[in-house]
Amino acid sequence: MTTTTDLVSYEDALASYDPVMGLEVHVELGTKTKMFCGCSTELGADANSQTCPVCLGLPGALPVVNATGVESAVKIGLALNCEIAEWCRFARKNYFYPDMPKNFQTSQYDEPIAFNGYLDVQLEDGEVFRVEIERAHMEEDTGKSTHVGGATGRIHGASHSLLDYNRAGIPLIEIVTKPIVGAGERAPEVARAYVRELRELIRALGVSEARMEMGQMRCDVNLSLMPKGADKFGTRSETKNVNSLRSVERAARFEIQRHAAVLGAGGTIVQETRHFHEDTGSTTSGRVKEEAEDYRYFPEPDLVPVAPSRAWVEELRAGLPELPLVRRNRLREEWGISGTDMQAILNAGALDPIVATIDAGADAASARKWWMGELARSANESGNALDELAITPAQVARVTELVANGDLNDKLARQVIEGVLAGEGTPDEVVDKRGLKVVSDEGALTAAVEEAIAGNPAIADKIRGGKVAAAGALVGAVMKATRGQADAARVKELILQKLGAAEG
Amino acid sequence: MPGITREEVAHLARLARLELKPEELDHFAGQLDDIIGAVARVSEVADQDVPPTSHPLPLTNVMRPDEVRPSLTPEQALSSAPAQEQQRFKVPQILGEE
Repeated sequence: MTTTTDLVSYEDALASYDPVMGLEVHVELGTKTKMFCGCSTELGADANSQTCPVCLGLPGALPVVNATGVESAVKIGLALNCEIAEWCRFARKNYFYPDMPKNFQTSQYDEPIAFNGYLDVQLEDGEVFRVEIERAHMEEDTGKSTHVGGATGRIHGASHSLLDYNRAGIPLIEIVTKPIVGAGERAPEVARAYVRELRELIRALGVSEARMEMGQMRCDVNLSLMPKGADKFGTRSETKNVNSLRSVERAARFEIQRHAAVLGAGGTIVQETRHFHEDTGSTTSGRVKEEAEDYRYFPEPDLVPVAPSRAWVEELRAGLPELPLVRRNRLREEWGISGTDMQAILNAGALDPIVATIDAGADAASARKWWMGELARSANESGNALDELAITPAQVARVTELVANGDLNDKLARQVIEGVLAGEGTPDEVVDKRGLKVVSDEGALTAAVEEAIAGNPAIADKIRGGKVAAAGALVGAVMKATRGQADAARVKELILQKLGAAEG
Repeated sequence: MPGITREEVAHLARLARLELKPEELDHFAGQLDDIIGAVARVSEVADQDVPPTSHPLPLTNVMRPDEVRPSLTPEQALSSAPAQEQQRFKVPQILGEE
């Protein structure tokens, strides 16, 4: 398993071959119950405490479809510009593996609920690439295996495995792209951008939190190469369960380099599944892919067909939220920022916190400044996502309000945020406890200003002579004397006033 | 639809995890052939305008609201498991992967 894989450089691979990708993304829906039974889907429950005869596949148990699961599937289909089937069935996908106690997975085969759509995705430089969608279908998740006795919890070398079926039966929507052709050297980037856009879309629809690190969204990367100029696809490999955006890009890149090495040496690609390894960014061989017919799909006899009425579909279409790409473009224009700035906000995961902060009353520029500055730094240092920080958008909005009112300056505001993050309470509580208030007592300020002028006669003379810019040094002296708790703008005003100089 | 071969029976047996003796392969090949032949006669009378039936009932959209219902206790769930460990179903070594 540890034999090194031959690779050619990415540039050389792309000089000779065109990559073709197919991406399969599984999204775990955020429904309260499983797809075919009323067991809870709550995370973190005791092993096997959320199972019933249906999801354990006990004899005689009959599944019933979760209405919200179907509704979510239709919403996803519509948001992906798909056609919605007027009539479709579930199918049994038969295989023997202990992660499904029924010995089949209830899925959809030749009649997916949604098909023929597309998703426009935006690359880092703003270029928009259209990814065609083949289908989106409903199915169920499998149980969770723990492999015991092996070296590192892997199947290899394990003496036996333990199964927890709490996850078995949780609704999944599998979204499959058509072959993505023509992305060339940008293929790995397109793969990443697609998965990210899909994640944003799923979240905007409110059908799942789509947290990849929690397995709520997982991506399989199918990749093949064909010689430049050819139009017949090569044999593909399928890298399973790639669970972060970065890994999606790396897995695609690695497979391009690996395929090119195999093909370049006159070899053939084996159609197989492969595993991606986060630590090395490489893939290793899994199992030889069973042909589709080996699953012996047949229509699920225990579930009647799903026939979404046109009226209901149109009602759901009308209720779709503004889609992420449209929303981003609108906000970018409203805020008057560049595509690169917006990209940075997205990469930092700051868009939703910023919007929520603005909704809570902050102005756009201040909301952006705090989330992309102080808060991003803090998140980075603590290794948290922005929305995991111990401060709410409403609290950030309150801080910006205190600054706007002149109660705090930026320096003090940073200390307030630091206090909130450290669990010292709300912004107002931190202000009180730490005694952080801008010195707005004019008498005290005037005294400090006079002291600064008296202590720096040369600078004062320059200002009297019209060199207004020199006031900065005196402002600094006042700020120092007030331990940063003065309103710098007011200090400057007072200095200029005292010295008879006018601004600008 | 004649001509189910013993290789096809062996393949199906492998997928179904059934262990068949060589003489059974021939036996079942013949039987499967007869069954498929009988079913194939349906397509002689069913024309394009007769859609295939998967469900005898004229029902669609039988759904339930997304409301949690009580599950089994872990003890109940595991009560007929041949083996268990750490409140989980214990299964033999899984072969054939990695």
